[in-house]
Amino acid sequence: MRKELPNDRRKFILSMARGVGLSAMGALVWSAYVDEVKAAPLILRPPGALDEPDFLKTCIKCGLCVEACPYDTLMLAQPGDNNPIGTPFFVPRDIPCYMCDDIPCVPVCPTGALVQDSVTTEVEDELTWDITKIDMGLAVVDVESCIAFWGIQCDACYRACPLMDEAITLQYDKNERTGKHAFLKPIVHADACTGCGLCERACVTKKPAIYVLPNEVALGEVGDHYIKGWDKADESRLKDAKGGTTVTERSNRSAVDSLNDTGDLY
Amino acid sequence: MRKIRYLLMRRFTQIGILVLYFGANAYGWKILQGNLSASSLFETVPLADPFALLQMLFAGAVLATDVIVGALIIALFYAVIGGRAFCSWVCPINMVTDLANWLRRRLGISDVQKRVYMSRNVRYWVMAMALLLSTAMGLAAFEIISPIAMAHRGLVFGMGFGIGALVIIFLFDLFVHENAWCGYVCPLGGFYSILGKFSLFRVKHDAEACTLCMKCKEVCPEKEVLFMIGKNSGSVLMGACTNCARCIEVCDDDALDFSIRSQLEQTIEQTKEKA
Repeated sequence: MRKELPNDRRKFILSMARGVGLSAMGALVWSAYVDEVKAAPLILRPPGALDEPDFLKTCIKCGLCVEACPYDTLMLAQPGDNNPIGTPFFVPRDIPCYMCDDIPCVPVCPTGALVQDSVTTEVEDELTWDITKIDMGLAVVDVESCIAFWGIQCDACYRACPLMDEAITLQYDKNERTGKHAFLKPIVHADACTGCGLCERACVTKKPAIYVLPNEVALGEVGDHYIKGWDKADESRLKDAKGGTTVTERSNRSAVDSLNDTGDLY
Repeated sequence: MRKIRYLLMRRFTQIGILVLYFGANAYGWKILQGNLSASSLFETVPLADPFALLQMLFAGAVLATDVIVGALIIALFYAVIGGRAFCSWVCPINMVTDLANWLRRRLGISDVQKRVYMSRNVRYWVMAMALLLSTAMGLAAFEIISPIAMAHRGLVFGMGFGIGALVIIFLFDLFVHENAWCGYVCPLGGFYSILGKFSLFRVKHDAEACTLCMKCKEVCPEKEVLFMIGKNSGSVLMGACTNCARCIEVCDDDALDFSIRSQLEQTIEQTKEKA
């Protein structure tokens, strides 16, 4: 009996250590994999989708939106697609979103990952679908490869746009090279563009010169340092601006000391 | 036929459900749409995977009523009636692992070595880890790696490399460890083992009729649940039993059958004993 006791204790400690070790290994491998596969910054989501982090939390990967889509635009990411497995997305270059008036993909979502409120408006106390409210991404023009910017007349994207003259307008500029022709340059307006990708699908160049990117990628952000002083509405952004002083090694000293500093400037 | 009557019924439900899902996506049938993660029955009744929902809640998702109702319906069904029946009557992976186990028996692999040591409780650890990682990573962690989801989603919406996950499970079950995935690792199986612990639909053993041939233990994927074989009569009460009914079919002595009442009787007896 006395001989067995330390052996039992050893066995117990070993099995505990083994459990902890295996759990730690499993958790590390598992979380590393999850972290890799959920990073898909260029993925385009269905209409009315929550922000990407919340969407990944909330989507149950059932594919009901995919089945509701009459144009086979939406797909579920398969293993090997390098997108978060099982989540719905679309590739406008292949099949764009045709912006159905009744938005069939949104109401079928059982979890609320696709939000009805974000694509409806109230008309005379009645909620109606409003396809123009969807915001899946933003069309971006590569002016280097867009032939309209070369001076060749092409308004394929402008005409394909379901919100013609709102999301894409044509800007007439004088073609200085010829001196007698006009540029008809497509300009995308972020506030109206829905990211449907009909322009990308319609683009005539070998590889589309206009393409949809997620808003997160396509849009910059000015921040509080600059405002349109001529625009009262823009000035209101400063209401929430937080004051603050940047403290560096240099700013700790007085300005005079800074001028007398004999050290290197940087 | 009598020897495989339940097996045929199980294959019928497993494949039938997948066919309905497939038809919904491919031909627009409105019977059962979606997949095993969440679906819509006749466009009205929502159904959802309660374990997926649990992970999503751990990830911090704010969920719509539809999916919560759907998960409650499924959870109630298995908790009250089916037990762990999802695993053997619905889950498509069951066909992969059954094939591996059938081959194992045919090739006599289990006679050489049944298994290296692994605890049946691994599945509960994996389940706990799935919930913890869901919180840590901010999304349903098992749903991202689940070969079950890859299988049913893949068969309906396109498989991609998901076939690789099935091959891994098949090879592991065939060559490394008997029933490894379904019997030891799968956290969904662990979840349903706990959820279905007190369900009414049970296999019942009649020790009087038993001739101790042990064919039932030979085919059972969760052998521990049949500990009473030949010793005493009663229901198989452990949550790990998948109600696959293979034991009932292979029994030549009618010593096993499905039953509901005996479970109730036993529970009453147990409570009496405790009192």
